[in-house]
Amino acid sequence: MLTKKLLISALSVLSLLIVSNVSFALSAEEQKGLDISLEAKKRDLGWQDSTADMLMLLRNKQGQESIREIKMKSLEVIDDGDKSLTIFNKPRDVKGTAFLSFSHPIDADEQWLFLPALKRVKRISSRNKSGPFMGSEFAFEDLSSFEVEKYTYKYLGEEELNGLKSFKVEQYPADENSGYTRRIVWIDTEEYRVHKIDFYDRKDSLLKTLSFKGYKQYIAKHWRADIQEMINHQNGKSTELKWTNYAFKTGLSDSDFNRNSLKRAR
Amino acid sequence: MRDKLYNFVGKNPFWVILVCITFMVLAGTGAQKLEFKNDYRVFFSEENPQLTAFESMQKVYNKSDNVSFVVVPKDGNVFTAEHLAALKVLTKESWQVPYSTRVDSVTNFQYTYAEEDDMIVEDLVMSTKNLTSDRLEKIKQIAISEPLLVNKIISQTGHVSIVNVTVQFPGVNPMAETPEVAASVRAIKTQFLAEHPELDVYLSGMAMMNTSFGESSISDSSTLIPLMFLVVIVTIGLLLRTITGTISTVLIIIMSIVTTMGLAGWLGFYLTGPSSSAPTMIMTLAVADCIHILTSMFYEMRQGADKRTAIARSIKINLQPIFLTSITTAIGFLSMNFSDSPPFRDLGNLVAIGVMLAFVFSITIFPALLTVLPVRVKVQPENKKDIMAKLADFVIAKRKALLPLTSIFIISSIMFIPNNELNDDFVKYFDETVPYRVATDFMQENLSGMMMVEISVKTGEASGINNPKYLNSVSDFSDWLRARPETDHVNTITDTLKRLNKNMHGDDPNWYKLPDSQEMSAQYLLLYEMSLPYGLDLNNQLDVDKSSSRIVATFKNMTSNELITVERDMIQWFSKHAPQYEVDFASPSLMFAHIGQRNITSMLIGTTLALILISILLGVALKSWRFGLISLLPNLAPAAIGFGIWGLYSGQVGLGLSVVIGMTLGIVVDDTVHFLSKYLHARRDKNANTKEAVHYAFDNVGRALWVTTFVLVAGFTVLAQSSFKMNADMGFLTALTIFVALVVDFLFLPPLLMLLDKNKSEVKENAAVTAEATT
Repeated sequence: MLTKKLLISALSVLSLLIVSNVSFALSAEEQKGLDISLEAKKRDLGWQDSTADMLMLLRNKQGQESIREIKMKSLEVIDDGDKSLTIFNKPRDVKGTAFLSFSHPIDADEQWLFLPALKRVKRISSRNKSGPFMGSEFAFEDLSSFEVEKYTYKYLGEEELNGLKSFKVEQYPADENSGYTRRIVWIDTEEYRVHKIDFYDRKDSLLKTLSFKGYKQYIAKHWRADIQEMINHQNGKSTELKWTNYAFKTGLSDSDFNRNSLKRAR
Repeated sequence: MRDKLYNFVGKNPFWVILVCITFMVLAGTGAQKLEFKNDYRVFFSEENPQLTAFESMQKVYNKSDNVSFVVVPKDGNVFTAEHLAALKVLTKESWQVPYSTRVDSVTNFQYTYAEEDDMIVEDLVMSTKNLTSDRLEKIKQIAISEPLLVNKIISQTGHVSIVNVTVQFPGVNPMAETPEVAASVRAIKTQFLAEHPELDVYLSGMAMMNTSFGESSISDSSTLIPLMFLVVIVTIGLLLRTITGTISTVLIIIMSIVTTMGLAGWLGFYLTGPSSSAPTMIMTLAVADCIHILTSMFYEMRQGADKRTAIARSIKINLQPIFLTSITTAIGFLSMNFSDSPPFRDLGNLVAIGVMLAFVFSITIFPALLTVLPVRVKVQPENKKDIMAKLADFVIAKRKALLPLTSIFIISSIMFIPNNELNDDFVKYFDETVPYRVATDFMQENLSGMMMVEISVKTGEASGINNPKYLNSVSDFSDWLRARPETDHVNTITDTLKRLNKNMHGDDPNWYKLPDSQEMSAQYLLLYEMSLPYGLDLNNQLDVDKSSSRIVATFKNMTSNELITVERDMIQWFSKHAPQYEVDFASPSLMFAHIGQRNITSMLIGTTLALILISILLGVALKSWRFGLISLLPNLAPAAIGFGIWGLYSGQVGLGLSVVIGMTLGIVVDDTVHFLSKYLHARRDKNANTKEAVHYAFDNVGRALWVTTFVLVAGFTVLAQSSFKMNADMGFLTALTIFVALVVDFLFLPPLLMLLDKNKSEVKENAAVTAEATT
């Protein structure tokens, strides 16, 4: 009886130790993974706001293609997720539709959509983070801003990718509504730019690979890729994003990112 | 040549045995390469138009292979907090099934509703902790009035629900992928049942069907093949009373099967439901050769010949008939190459190879074994012969009554042939002992059938599906389809749009209608698509540029013809009401519905060709075109009678049965060959009159014929026990046809010969004399 009690208390102490270890002290790999991500975030800080045009090219297994044309405006928010305004140009029947999103690292994002046909702004309440963006292979969570708190990390090692020495870091989403169990990210050691991401679905099998091509530096600081290509390994479909007309520090402010601004967005 | 063969075998029996066994071992190692293909698609050739249509549709939209967990609460109500909680667990667990890309259930249904200017999209069942009875009732009402759910995911009364897992097989290693999914699904079921004893779970869906193809065949081969060996051993042991003979025959059988299956492996064959019955068939057919050789050999030994002489004589007498019957049997099976369904081509080729190998083994290693092993002959009175003699007397005496009687029997049987209808219902390919069949039958009774048709309506222009005209057409079509009595469920994008329109207008039921402008529909869809979580998107209903949408119709169980009628009506609807759209219809159900028709047509060509070849062979072998022609009647009548009786008994003719005519033709011909050749021998060489000749034929081959028929009927009856109904029906009808063939050869052919031959007996005799004189 006594030994049983002893055993139980010993076990609980042990498990407490393990739990506290996880929450307080990170292993060397976890710490390094976190450090790399912190550094990457730090290097991109201070862009304030940006605008860009995005061309979205969807392809199915049959080779059928479809194009979406979108304008993106983003506002940097320190200590929270960024704000973004997405304005659809093509297909023609959704022209003028505008999507406003306040992203949050852990909580559900706040989202509004302006439908010109209805002349109304609708707030969307959903747990759609994991869902596809406009029928593409990009999920919402793949397009929203990178925040360090969104993941826990594990450094996997160094690897050469496209001739660049890269850190390989595994990221585990903190949000249980995420569609992924983990992502593996390749970040070059020179400039801390993401070059490739492997996405693993809820049953931990490889779902998609995202590649970044044509990095350019803007206002002598911020690196943006011209092309992002997402390949879905499970259904054979792919989506390519082509970015043009990047502009930074254009003078956008909070007032450009609210319900009223949605209706006049162009 | 015939003497030389046994001279060599008799002198070097050990060498012959060694060479044959080496050959078997070398060939047999190929058997390791044989794998079972678990996929209903194997039943269709690559050029099959319905398969091509289905595959291109699967590339445009997402694939539709699935597993269904049919969840049945024992208290008959899905909508309790406890059961919904269980369903939520199962839904979550289902995401762990390998290759799963989508999970649909009552709990994760994306329910949309309006709250002032907010559009709320969430799981129909979010949390099950504080569900009041009011809330439960509300969930139930939403579920059973939602056209997307009712009859598909939830029954109308809410007593059964389904968790449907869409599986996207990568197809990299198809042989391993299906069992992997099945194993995972079963593990989930077992664990789920352990935690929720208040529920029952059945497993259905395409992936489970594919699994059953493999499992059914494997369980068959572990029961049917041993049973077949038993039949062979008992038959030969009892009828011929020889231990050595039995052992040697069993060895020939094993060698024929091992070598054939080994060669199949080397040649790159794979196993399927139908072709896995090849060993049983080869076994059955190989026995006949051995029986003929053993019978003749024992006859010679009883007459006082020593063993070697007896074997030599037996080989000499039997070489030509065995060769002839093997060739005709092989031709019959080769006619299956005309089948539209590759597994039946494989079956035909495998059995043809097996039959020819059995022939080779039975004239080489078989006599070698008999030479080496001790053979004792018990002198026993040949009382069987008396029975045959009595039968001969009876047939000759009653010939005037027998001919019309048997003719009436044949004709009246033939009249029932139209009772047969082509039907390939893949659910019924399995009998009621197979869990998949039980699950699917249960699903059909409580929710919906397995018959599905996917309908892709194309506009040919990007965003074309948002056009109100298009949406109205699709909606009208869906309404028309739903009004048909055989329709269980129709999944269409128009229902979603109507619901969204209602949501956008504060959930006012008056707005449950299609939006009236293209922009409106496009923007609703955009809004909706932006709100859906992973795996519940619209990609399975819309193509990438929204130029076409897919309607999925689920029907009650029906026959192939009925489904083809529905398809025709659907095509007509579109050509009448919406001719501007290109419409594709495809689905596994349609593939199976059409294959019967395609297969019958191609098999008729194949069978005719086989018939012509076999008749030419017979003409040459019997040295008479006239008798070649006469033989057509007893050769064709058995299959006709067989199908007539089948028309009375079942009337459902599927893929499996469409090959039976060609297959049995080669077998039943053997009886005719033996009987006619003995009859002609008596007429030509012994100058016997027709009656004497008939008597002679009965005395000489009567016994061998009924012994081989017994073995064949027993063998195919064993096959008829298969849980794979396609094989079982094929076995049953073949056994029936072979049995009928013997009856025809004993009761119909002799009176016919006595009638036809008599009329021209003078001419015939003269011809025989001149033929004799010239040779």
